[in-house]
Amino acid sequence: MGINSNAKQVLAEIVSNKKVGAYHHMVFAVGELASSAKPGNFVAISVGGESSQLVLRRAFAIYRTFDRGQNGGLLEIVVAPHGAGSTWLTNQQPGTKIDLIAPLGTAFGIPTQPVRALLVGGGYGSAPLFGLSEVLKNRGCRIDMVLGASTAMKIYAPLDGKRSVSSLTITTEDGSTGKTGKVTDVMREIIVENEIDIIYSCGPMGMLEAINEIAEEFNLMHQCSIEESMACGIGVCMTCVLPIKGEDGQIRMLRSCIDGPVVSGESVIWKAKRTIPEGTWGA
Amino acid sequence: MFNYQTTLGQAEFNNPIFTASGCAGSGKELSQFFELNQLGAVVTKSIMLKPRSGRATPRMAETPSGMLNSIGLQGPGIDLFLENDVPWLRDQGATIVISIAGESVEDYAVLARKIRAVPGISALEVNISCPNVENRGQVFACHPETARAAIQAVRRNIGGELPIIAKLTPDVTSIVEIAQEVVAAGADSLALINTVLGMVIDTNTMRPKLAGKTGGLSGPAIRPIAVRAIYQVHAALPHVKILGMGGVSSGQDALEFILAGASAVSIGTATFGNPMAAMKVKEELRNELINHGFDSLREAVGYAHRSEGNPE
Repeated sequence: MGINSNAKQVLAEIVSNKKVGAYHHMVFAVGELASSAKPGNFVAISVGGESSQLVLRRAFAIYRTFDRGQNGGLLEIVVAPHGAGSTWLTNQQPGTKIDLIAPLGTAFGIPTQPVRALLVGGGYGSAPLFGLSEVLKNRGCRIDMVLGASTAMKIYAPLDGKRSVSSLTITTEDGSTGKTGKVTDVMREIIVENEIDIIYSCGPMGMLEAINEIAEEFNLMHQCSIEESMACGIGVCMTCVLPIKGEDGQIRMLRSCIDGPVVSGESVIWKAKRTIPEGTWGA
Repeated sequence: MFNYQTTLGQAEFNNPIFTASGCAGSGKELSQFFELNQLGAVVTKSIMLKPRSGRATPRMAETPSGMLNSIGLQGPGIDLFLENDVPWLRDQGATIVISIAGESVEDYAVLARKIRAVPGISALEVNISCPNVENRGQVFACHPETARAAIQAVRRNIGGELPIIAKLTPDVTSIVEIAQEVVAAGADSLALINTVLGMVIDTNTMRPKLAGKTGGLSGPAIRPIAVRAIYQVHAALPHVKILGMGGVSSGQDALEFILAGASAVSIGTATFGNPMAAMKVKEELRNELINHGFDSLREAVGYAHRSEGNPE
C-alpha cells in the first residue's frame, strides 16, 4: 500500500481553539483538502515554530471535516496537551498559520448495507468516531456508542456529536460520570441487546486489544485505529510499525501511517506486545 | 550563470542535494510532494541480502533538536529491491545511489555482485555502520581492519567504474584514520556522518525508551559533529569527495558542510519534519552560494580551510 494519494502539505490558519474538559478542540482552515478526508484519516502537524527544537510532526486523528463554509474547508482535531509539542499547539491563537499534512493513512471501512454498528472510544480516541457516526447514519446504519476514560474530564462527547447515535454509554474508572468501570464492562450487553454487526474502535492499544477479544467472542468484524510512536507520518522513517497478518497469512511489520491507522482487529498480532512475533517476514 | 553541478568519484550530479539513506525509503512516498528528478540523487534505504523485519518497537524517541532511531534495517532484501524499487526510480528519472549494508564481509561481496549488472545506478553507498556477526557484533566502521575488509570486498566485486561511497560513523577515536583505510581499500568518496549512538531512558517506566535500548541520534543536535568530521577528513584527504550529512535543514546549514569540505549534502531527519526539506535546502543553498559571491558550488567546497593570510 502507498501513502494516501490525497495527502497535501498546507499552511492552515487556526480558525478556533477552545478548551473542552481536559482537551482542546481546534479548527483549521485547510481549503479543498477537507473534501478528501475520510473518518479514520489523520493529520501530521509541525509544532514549536521556526526555531523549534521539536523536529518531528505530531499526528492527530481527524475529528471531522467540513468542505464548505466561509473558509472553504475546515479540519477539526481534539488535542490532549500532554507533551511539549501538543502543549505548544494548544497554546496557539486563532489566526496563527500551522504547517500540516492531511489526509494521511487509511480510513474506516464503510459497509454497503445498513448495519448495526458499535463505536467504542477511549479518552480523546472518541474524536474520529463522531465523523464516522455521521457517515454511517447517512448510510442508514444504527449506531451505538460507548466512550470511556479514567475520569469525567477526559470524556470527549460534544452535544452535536451525539445527534447521530441511537445510544451513548459512558464509563469512567473513577465513577465521576456514567457507569463505573471500563468500556469492555458494558460492551457485551449492548452487543446482545442491539444485535450489533460490526465494532469500530479508537483508543489506547490495551483497550483496543480488550475490545478485539470481545469482537472475537461474538465473531464480529472489528475495525480499530491503532497507534505506535511515529516520526514522519508519511511512510519514510519505518518507526511506527507493528506486526499485521496479511490475507496470505504472512505476518509483516507494517507501517501504521500507511497501512493504518485503521486496520482490521483480527489482522493485528495483539499478543506480540511490541515485539517481533515468530514467523514474521524477514525475522 | 551559477554552476550547481557536483561530482563524487566519477559520478556527476546536477545539484548537490541528496536524500540520506533511511530517510526517504525508496522514494515513492516523497514523490507525492516533489519530483524525485529534482534531487541531486535519491540515496535509497540501506538494503541487505535478505528480507528483514527490523527491531521491535518503540523504535523512535524524540530528543532536543533531534531523534533516536533503532529501526534495525527493516527492508525487502536486495532481490525484491532490485526487482521493484530500482525500476520504479528509473521510471521517475531519478538519479540513483543505492545504499547497501551487510552482516559479514561476504555479504558485502555478494551485494556488490548483484548490483554490478544493474543499469542506471550512479553510485553505491556502502553503509559499514553495521554489526559484524563474524566478529562479536563489532561494527565494521569502528575498526580500521574491518572497515577496510568490507570496502575491499565491494571494490573487488563491483567491477567497472561504479563509484563507491563509504559511509562512516563518528563513533570512533579517529575518523580520519578510518577514512584513510577505506580510501586505501578502494572507496572513491566518503559519506560523513552516520548517526551517533545514544540512549534515552523513560522516566515513567525507568527503562530505556527504545526496544533496542540504544539508537542512532540524528537531527540538528549532531550537526556540529558532522561539520567537525567533514572538516578533519577534508583536511587530511583533500582530493577525496565527501557527501556530508547530519542535521541539515536549511541552506545555511548546508553551506557550513560545503565550506567544511563536502561536495554534496544529504537531507535526513529534516524530511521527517518537512517532506519538502530537500527542495527547500536546494533552493536556499543555491542562494547562499550566490550571495557569498561564488560562481559555482565547486569553488565553495572546503573554502573554510583557506589560510589565515588569504582573507578572500
